[in-house]
Amino acid sequence: MGEREKGILAVVTTDKNKVTGAVPIFIAEDEAEKEKVALFLAKTLDAMVHDLENGCYFIVKH
Amino acid sequence: MKIILSGSLAGTLARLLLIRLDYRQYPGYPHGYISHLALGAIASALGAVAVPALLNKDFTAFTFLALAAQQFREIRNIERETLQNLEETRLEKRGKDYIEGIARTFEARNYLVMITAFLTSVAAVLGGVIGAAVVAVILIFFSLTFMTGETIGDICEVIPGEINFKGSLLRVNDIDFMSVGLPEMREKIKKEALGVMIKPKDDNARATLHDMGQRMAIAHTAAVIMGSKKDVDIPEFTPLVRKNPDTGAVALYIMPIEKDLESLILAVKRTPVLESARVRPLKTQAGRMAAD
Repeated sequence: MGEREKGILAVVTTDKNKVTGAVPIFIAEDEAEKEKVALFLAKTLDAMVHDLENGCYFIVKH
Repeated sequence: MKIILSGSLAGTLARLLLIRLDYRQYPGYPHGYISHLALGAIASALGAVAVPALLNKDFTAFTFLALAAQQFREIRNIERETLQNLEETRLEKRGKDYIEGIARTFEARNYLVMITAFLTSVAAVLGGVIGAAVVAVILIFFSLTFMTGETIGDICEVIPGEINFKGSLLRVNDIDFMSVGLPEMREKIKKEALGVMIKPKDDNARATLHDMGQRMAIAHTAAVIMGSKKDVDIPEFTPLVRKNPDTGAVALYIMPIEKDLESLILAVKRTPVLESARVRPLKTQAGRMAAD
């Protein structure tokens, strides 16, 4: 992960219409699953969960 | 012999008193102390020897001082390298500016020691042992008081700040920090985090706080003194310092192990102002015009 300064590693969402593109997208059934998936991803990637406040979480390595 | 001895003693004593574990938290290692004491002793011996050599009209002795200067520059490189290597595994980085400042201080202190030794030897020639003692005390006092430099508390006002969230956006008073996505993280931060506002007293201080290196130094000091809940997999708890772009005031956010606002304020106040961050726009005409 050294070369990349900042970047979106993944997006977790309950609304698959809100996000597209060349980034791993995880679709969750509900808010609880979204939070859980985001937390697991962040912990594994040593990254941080941010909220776009439109139903999408995105995971960023700082 | 008395001349050289008094000079070297004064210089070594000065170096000994200058090695204190302060807010820089460095050197914290026994071997660091030994090597700096030894170099200080060598520096003071060089300074002291120069005087009798000059009295004998042996002017080539001065070339040794040049050699010493070369040696001290080497110290600076060594210090810088060591600190930079240690930096890689640190969770709260010191920052390049801080490292450079520490390295430069170590170099400068050796010159200070050499000057102390030199002047004490001169005093020993002119005023005997008593004269040397008086001059040594004055010089050591001077080194300890005037060479310490300013702290954040001198140039800024440090007041408690309130941690709050605007949606998912973490803020201290009116300064935005970052978006914290997970609700449980937000709850934890609300409960356990501390925030302080650092308000510059004048335009010079504002320019200093603008420096990212200075802000890193503040976050680093706060994290070392207060402890930090940060770990590699919890970047949310990274201590951060962010600026209000309109006023130039900055705020510190930290997840301390010890939740004690008063000591956090004290730690921030005692953070040294980095030489490289010290800017004085008010010394220029244009800066003064812009200030009013």
